[in-house]
Amino acid sequence: MATSDFPLPDVGEGLTEAEIVHWKVKAGDTVTVNQILVEIETAKSLVELPSPFAGTVSALLVEEGQTVEVGTPIISVSSNGEFELTAPAVDEEMTGAIADTARTVAAAEEKPGAVLVGYGSSGHGGSRRRRPAEAAPAPAATPTKTPPPSSVPAAAASSIIAKPPIRKLAKDLGVDLATVSPTGLAGEITRDDVIRQASQASVFRNIQTPEWGTEREERIPVKGVRKAIATAMVQSAFSAPHVSIFTDIDATRTMEFVKRLKNSPDFAGVRVSPLLIMAKALIWAVRRNPTVNSSWTDKEIVVHHYVNLGIAAATPRGLLVPNVKDAQSLSLRELASALEQLTLTARDGKTQPAEMAGGTITITNIGSYGMDTGTPIINPGEAAIVALGSIKQKPWVVDGQVLPRFVTTVGASFDHRIVDGDVASRFVADLASVLEEPALLLD
Amino acid sequence: MSYTAATVQLLSPEGSLVTSDASAEYLPYVEKLSDEQLREFHRQMVVIRRFDIEAANLQRQGQLALWIPSLGQEAAQVGSGFAARPHDHIFPAYREHVIARIRGVDPIKIIEMLRGISHGGWDPAENNNFHLYTLVIGSQALHATGYAMGIQLDGLTATGNPDADEAVIVYFGDGATSQGDVSEAFVFAASYQTPQVFFLQNNHWAISVPVSRQSRTPLYLRSSGFGIPGVQIDGNDVLASYAVTSANLDAARGGEGPRFIEALTYRMGAHTTSDDPTKYRDADDLDFWSHADPITRFETYLRSRGEGDAFFAEVATEGDDLASDVRKRTLELGSPPASKMFEHVYSDPHPLMDSQRAWLEGYEAAFEGGEE
Repeated sequence: MATSDFPLPDVGEGLTEAEIVHWKVKAGDTVTVNQILVEIETAKSLVELPSPFAGTVSALLVEEGQTVEVGTPIISVSSNGEFELTAPAVDEEMTGAIADTARTVAAAEEKPGAVLVGYGSSGHGGSRRRRPAEAAPAPAATPTKTPPPSSVPAAAASSIIAKPPIRKLAKDLGVDLATVSPTGLAGEITRDDVIRQASQASVFRNIQTPEWGTEREERIPVKGVRKAIATAMVQSAFSAPHVSIFTDIDATRTMEFVKRLKNSPDFAGVRVSPLLIMAKALIWAVRRNPTVNSSWTDKEIVVHHYVNLGIAAATPRGLLVPNVKDAQSLSLRELASALEQLTLTARDGKTQPAEMAGGTITITNIGSYGMDTGTPIINPGEAAIVALGSIKQKPWVVDGQVLPRFVTTVGASFDHRIVDGDVASRFVADLASVLEEPALLLD
Repeated sequence: MSYTAATVQLLSPEGSLVTSDASAEYLPYVEKLSDEQLREFHRQMVVIRRFDIEAANLQRQGQLALWIPSLGQEAAQVGSGFAARPHDHIFPAYREHVIARIRGVDPIKIIEMLRGISHGGWDPAENNNFHLYTLVIGSQALHATGYAMGIQLDGLTATGNPDADEAVIVYFGDGATSQGDVSEAFVFAASYQTPQVFFLQNNHWAISVPVSRQSRTPLYLRSSGFGIPGVQIDGNDVLASYAVTSANLDAARGGEGPRFIEALTYRMGAHTTSDDPTKYRDADDLDFWSHADPITRFETYLRSRGEGDAFFAEVATEGDDLASDVRKRTLELGSPPASKMFEHVYSDPHPLMDSQRAWLEGYEAAFEGGEE
């Protein structure tokens, strides 16, 4: 006669124990499959347990009123020959696995016996499964026999771990994920990793080195725009004594102003950049310091009470300086539009001579090439040129604290025949004060 | 909450056909049913109830992590389940055991899922378009709506040949109507006029929250605000479930857009084996719905048509046989190898899965073979 035990099941997704409330059978009774054996009370409710066996009750293993852990045998039933004794018993492998997990958790919490789910228990159910060689409480504590690291393993070198949005980002930015160094958990490629790779790629995008020319020397005829540029530079550099001055400024408010303008419906469809603010600042500063906007003629100084604002532009034909006529009479929106048009025309190589004639003062936007500042040469016939450097986040001291601010350098060269150091300094200081606080433009 | 004036009922709780203005539209569907089909309705209801009880017992015996009973809802499911044609797609919630069986899913597949050794494990393509159970409440309404949009884009609906037209039916409960997913599905279904029927089994309980707290208005009115016609039926009346679902699926297949059916039924058991309905349920309710039991009334109806004891005994035996077979196969299930968990995470081989599998194997190998 075979005998089987019925271990207390987890009747409710993670219960760990139950009280035996009332036995409905006693030793010697004949029971059938699914006959109610006992009423138990769990943390959730009163539950009746049906018999998993058919046979004769050989013993009740737990008394009424006792609370036992899930997995504890509560009743023994022996087959009476009439029925095949089905012995489902709880699957040992499964029980053991859950108990092992529970033990690991318990050990980690230094609370032996505490289980989270299933049949975990420190007593009966748990001892069935094979143990780690040293029989240590937690598998992690068996270093000699446990070759794999306890953390999530880093993926094999061949694998790429990245979430779908990151893969899409990489595709959009043209980044090959195989070339990205991951910094995420378990070797996952993060958004920052992809962006860093993309920005490095852009920094080095021109790094391909061309072959040396096949001829030892190459002779390029001096003509056209190149000749005109040369003539102008020499004329300017060797007739007008240049003086250059610089100042570093916090342009954070300018950047915020640009951002607001970009979001403004009034500026929809037109390009807004820090150059626009600089142009507007320059027009304002010229009114306060008129002599920077003038021409030297040996006999007299011609002070212009208008601004034909030149913008130095790199074009397919070389450096050109077209200007915005009567820029002082334009609204901010109109100025933005004029600057954009001027830039586009120059970039297309379609700038007409008339557009380059009659300039009174010039801005060169070397920041667009990532340069901080420089000592520009004055456009001939003018008295000043302003260089707008790159605007980058840098450490900046504000009220005794180092803060990240958008910092730039404003530089300018002056014809020292016309402009003395004090005027030049006031002019640059005016520009700087507008870039630091664009609200001054409201003046 | 019980039946309303709007409830379509073809078979009264006493087991006789109801003739009324409301039923006149649907009775022709019933008249076309053969005796064999009517017997099949009964057979499926009885057999699945027996299976349901066996599965609940197996859970109490420690064989399943969880069981989700369908006790009391057999008529709503069997009637609508037979109304769907073989090429229609069925998106169940997780309680539609009998529809799974009707569509050819081996009941042991459901057992495996609730034992915790599979995530479903049947292929809808090989099981007459019966899709996987969805445990997340109401999500299947979106899956179904998306699928119905696909059918539409493929030109498989309103083809002019009613026998070839396809539609989708999706099942959910009253609790799901409180989920955003179901409302979103209504929006898309209405916008695209998808070929689908939303079949709500209002079993009156979202676990322990009564439907009266979830909706101030009868739920069949809910869809009309989205522009989807709704109808309320007696969900314990297998004939009403069959006829009304047939009519609405015909409309959906024919290109008339989505439809909504609220089947009033009652969850006679617990939400799952993890809760205790005696703590929140009123005895009067249980009493009312016991008298409205779907199987009892249909048995009375069949007997009135001349069906004899032999048939009912045969059906009872078939139920016992299924229960016994399921018990035997459940006890033989054992546990799948741990490596199985890595198999279907990705459709293709995946290096991360390979490395995790290797890690687990190494970990397992660090144990010596058994102290006992």
